[in-house]
Amino acid sequence: MQNHVLDYLDETVKRVPDKLAYANETTQYTFADVYRKNRSVASWLAKNGYYKEPVVVFMRKSPEEIVTFFGTIQAGCFYVPIDEEMPFARVQLILENCKARVIICDRALLDAARKFEFTGELVCFDEIENTEILDEQLTLIRKKAIDTDPIYIVFTSGSTGIPKGVCACHRSVLDYIEQLSEVLGFDENTVFGNQTPLYFDACLKELYPTIKFGATTWLIPHNLFSMPVKLVEYMNEKKINTVCWVVSALTMISAFRTFDTVVPKFLRTVAFGSEVFPVKQFHLWKNAVPEARFVNLYGPTEGTGMCCYYPVEREFMPDEVIPIGFPFKNTEIMLLDENNKLAEEGEICIRGTSVTLGYYNNPEKTSECFVQNPLNTAYPEIIYRTGDIGRRNERGELVFVSRKDYQIKHMGHRIELGEIEVNVNLLEGVKMSGCVYDQVKNKIILFYVGTVSPAELSKQLKERLPRYMIPNNFYQLDEMPFTANGKIDRIALKNKLK
Amino acid sequence: MDDLLSILSDLHPDVDFTTEENLMDDGILDSFDIVSIISEIGDVFDVIIGANEITPENFNSAEALYALIEKKMDEE
Repeated sequence: MQNHVLDYLDETVKRVPDKLAYANETTQYTFADVYRKNRSVASWLAKNGYYKEPVVVFMRKSPEEIVTFFGTIQAGCFYVPIDEEMPFARVQLILENCKARVIICDRALLDAARKFEFTGELVCFDEIENTEILDEQLTLIRKKAIDTDPIYIVFTSGSTGIPKGVCACHRSVLDYIEQLSEVLGFDENTVFGNQTPLYFDACLKELYPTIKFGATTWLIPHNLFSMPVKLVEYMNEKKINTVCWVVSALTMISAFRTFDTVVPKFLRTVAFGSEVFPVKQFHLWKNAVPEARFVNLYGPTEGTGMCCYYPVEREFMPDEVIPIGFPFKNTEIMLLDENNKLAEEGEICIRGTSVTLGYYNNPEKTSECFVQNPLNTAYPEIIYRTGDIGRRNERGELVFVSRKDYQIKHMGHRIELGEIEVNVNLLEGVKMSGCVYDQVKNKIILFYVGTVSPAELSKQLKERLPRYMIPNNFYQLDEMPFTANGKIDRIALKNKLK
Repeated sequence: MDDLLSILSDLHPDVDFTTEENLMDDGILDSFDIVSIISEIGDVFDVIIGANEITPENFNSAEALYALIEKKMDEE
C-alpha cells in the first residue's frame, strides 16, 4: 500500500521521464529532472543530519521550489513554505513557532533571508541541487516512512495575532489527492494552470496530481492576474485545460468582458473555491466555455485542501447560492448544533483521514477545534470543528450559511479580523481599533481611535501583515462604539458605512 | 483628477499617486487593487474599462489612468 506521496513520482518517472512536469517562464523540469533534483536536495539534508524535522523553504514560486518541497519529504522531513510577500514580523513569528534548524532559499532571496533573526543553517538551492545522490540512505529513509508523519506546515490567520501552523500528514494528502482526482477527472493529459501561491495548501491540487498522473503544471506569472486578456492568451498558448482557482481570479476575467476578445479554448475543467461564485459571473464563464465542467470546492486548511465538492450541472438563478455539495469519499461532514447533536443546520465538522494533525507547537489552539467526536464515547476519535455554519437544502446538498466568529474570506484568503486589530493596536499612536468586512463591496474596513494618520497607519501595517490583510479603507474615529457588555460594537461600525 | 486620486489614496493611503509612474510594473497595484479601482471608476465616472485596456501603459500612473477615463468619457 502506498504510504508516501513520492511513491507517485517513483512510478511516473519510469513511464514518462522526458515529459514536462513543472514549468514557469524561466525553468522547465521534466519528471526525470524532478526525480533527480529532489533526491539531490534530500541527499544534502540527510548528509547534514536533518531528519523528521521542519525545513523552512523561502523561495520564489518556481519549479525549483516544488522540487525543494519534494526533497524535504524525500529526506523524511516536512516543508514549511514562507514567502517574500510575508512581512518580516510574520516570518519571525513563523520561525519561532516551528523552530526549524535549516532554511533553504533561492539566490534572489538570499539577502532577505540573511536579515531574519535565525540562528540555524541557511543554504541556497543552487548550492545543493546537484548534490551527489545517496541512494542507499534515501532508500533506508523511505523504508522507515510512516504515513502519519508530517508532510508540511502551512500558516493560517490566527485571531490572537499569531498565525497558526496547520500540520498535515502523508496519509491525509494521499487521501485528498485520490478523491480529488476522481471527482475532477485528472489524467496524463491534464495541463494545469496554477494560480494559488505555493505557501498554502491550495496548491496541492496541482502539485501532487502532476506526479500521480504524469500531468503538466504551468505556474502562471503573478502579474498576468492583473491583465485578463494576456492571461487568457497565455492559457491558450500553453494549452491549459484545467484550472483550480480562487473565485476572485475567475471573476477578474469575466467581469471585464475579456470573453468578448478571447476565450480559453482548451479549458475543460474549472474548479473554484474559497469564496462564493456570484451566479452572474458564473454564467459568463459557462457561456464562454460551454464544454467545460464546473466544480465548486469547499474545505478548510485543517481538513487538508478541500473536503466537499459540487459539480454545477443544474441551472441557478442570479439570487441563488451554489452549494458546497457533498463530502469527498472517505470524509464525513457532521452538522452539529449547540448541544453537539446532529442537526439540519449546524457547525460543519469534518470526520475522517482528511483531518490534519493539528496546529504545530500549539496544543492550546489545537484543543479548541480538533476535538473528540462528541457522538463517539467508545474510543479516541478526533474531528475538526470548522466554525462554519452549514445546512442541507431540500435536495440534500450542503450549503454554506455563515461563520460563527469574525473570520472572513477576502480575495480568496482566509482572514481573522481579530488578527488585523491586534496588529493595528500594537502600533504607536493607536488607542483601539475595530475591523469589519463590507460583503457588498468586498472590502476590509478599519475604524480606529488614535493620533496616527491613515497614511502612516497603512505604511506601518504593511510591515506587519501580508498585503491581502491590509484594510481597504481606514476611518479615524473620536470614540469607539461599544456594546452593553463592553465589546466593540461591530454592528454600529458596519452602520457607519451606510 | 481629484476624484481619481481619492479612489487611489483610499486603497493605498501611503502611496503618493501624483508622482508614482510604475504602479503596475512595480507591483504597487495588484490584481485585486485593479479590480476595485475599475469598479470605483465605473461608479464615479460612469465609464466601463474593458479587459483590453487593463495594461501597464494605462495603469502605471494616475495621470495615464485619468487620460484613459477622459478619452472614454469623450467617446460616449
